[in-house]
Amino acid sequence: MTKDALTLYGVALSSRLLAGTAQYPSPAILADAVRASGSEVATVSLRRESGAARAGETFWALIRGLGVKVLPNTAGCRTVKEAVTTAQMAREIFGTPWIKLEVIGEDDTLQPDVFGLVEAASILTRDGFQVFPYTTEDLVVAEKLLGAGCEVLMPWGAPIGSGRGLNNPYALRALRAHFPEIPLIIDAGLGAPSHAAAAMEMGYDAVLLNTAIARAGDPVGMARAFSLAVEAGRLAFLSDPMQPRDMAAPSTPVMGRAFTGVARA
Amino acid sequence: MLIHVNGKALEVSSATLAALLQELDFEENSVATALNQTFVRKTERAETGLKEGDAVEILSPRQGG
Repeated sequence: MTKDALTLYGVALSSRLLAGTAQYPSPAILADAVRASGSEVATVSLRRESGAARAGETFWALIRGLGVKVLPNTAGCRTVKEAVTTAQMAREIFGTPWIKLEVIGEDDTLQPDVFGLVEAASILTRDGFQVFPYTTEDLVVAEKLLGAGCEVLMPWGAPIGSGRGLNNPYALRALRAHFPEIPLIIDAGLGAPSHAAAAMEMGYDAVLLNTAIARAGDPVGMARAFSLAVEAGRLAFLSDPMQPRDMAAPSTPVMGRAFTGVARA
Repeated sequence: MLIHVNGKALEVSSATLAALLQELDFEENSVATALNQTFVRKTERAETGLKEGDAVEILSPRQGG
């Protein structure tokens, strides 16, 4: 384990990239991409099974073979009841108290229903879950989620699957500054490795992404690119980046410059 | 008895959730179950009775973001 470990609910991780497992061209490419990303955490879901098909068993065997921790989600849930029931079902089948809590409030943006999110988070933490809430950049909602027992927050960068990057950097900076000790993970909306690097440079603890890797022409190459970007961004943050300024400042020494003190022809 | 299983209307003969999984050829350890939107633990399926109009969800692991 490196010195700069990320600790989520007491679990120390070397990688600061959490990988989704959906939308890959094939199970083999999914496995190769997760390995190339260096991720130690993969998100998974629960869906309706048909008796004869048993697709779930095959997928679950593939994920177990990767040796990563799983973070089940409640994707698609639109009510507190749906999300809580899905979380309880996920805990039994995946054998983990971790849950990526999504309560979706709006179809076009897949924006979290933050009222339902706080209520569901409160119910689940009382029931022993370790909740990773998919939320917005709203400070007050963040406070309420922490009050509900969440120890990690996952604000969106942009709407799920949009690939737009960090839509509201001002508010994300404010959130980071307001909760310096809370693990904050940018979840959703990242499209390019530069977006991930920007989030990490801002001081976010990790990023969670799926579509940007899975939908790339070469998902394995893109997984590696994101891994490098996350590492670069983290190292940059720890190295205290310079502050931008409005006016130029020469980088080459001014002292000793030739042709000074001589009248120009 | 007509119930809904994963959103589809089905005529079934099972009296309990455990029996339903067998009737529909599910592997009991590979799925999680809910009855009328309430989670039913694996250990509770045998004593969970079914009645006309019930809605059963039978879920298993899938890809997720």
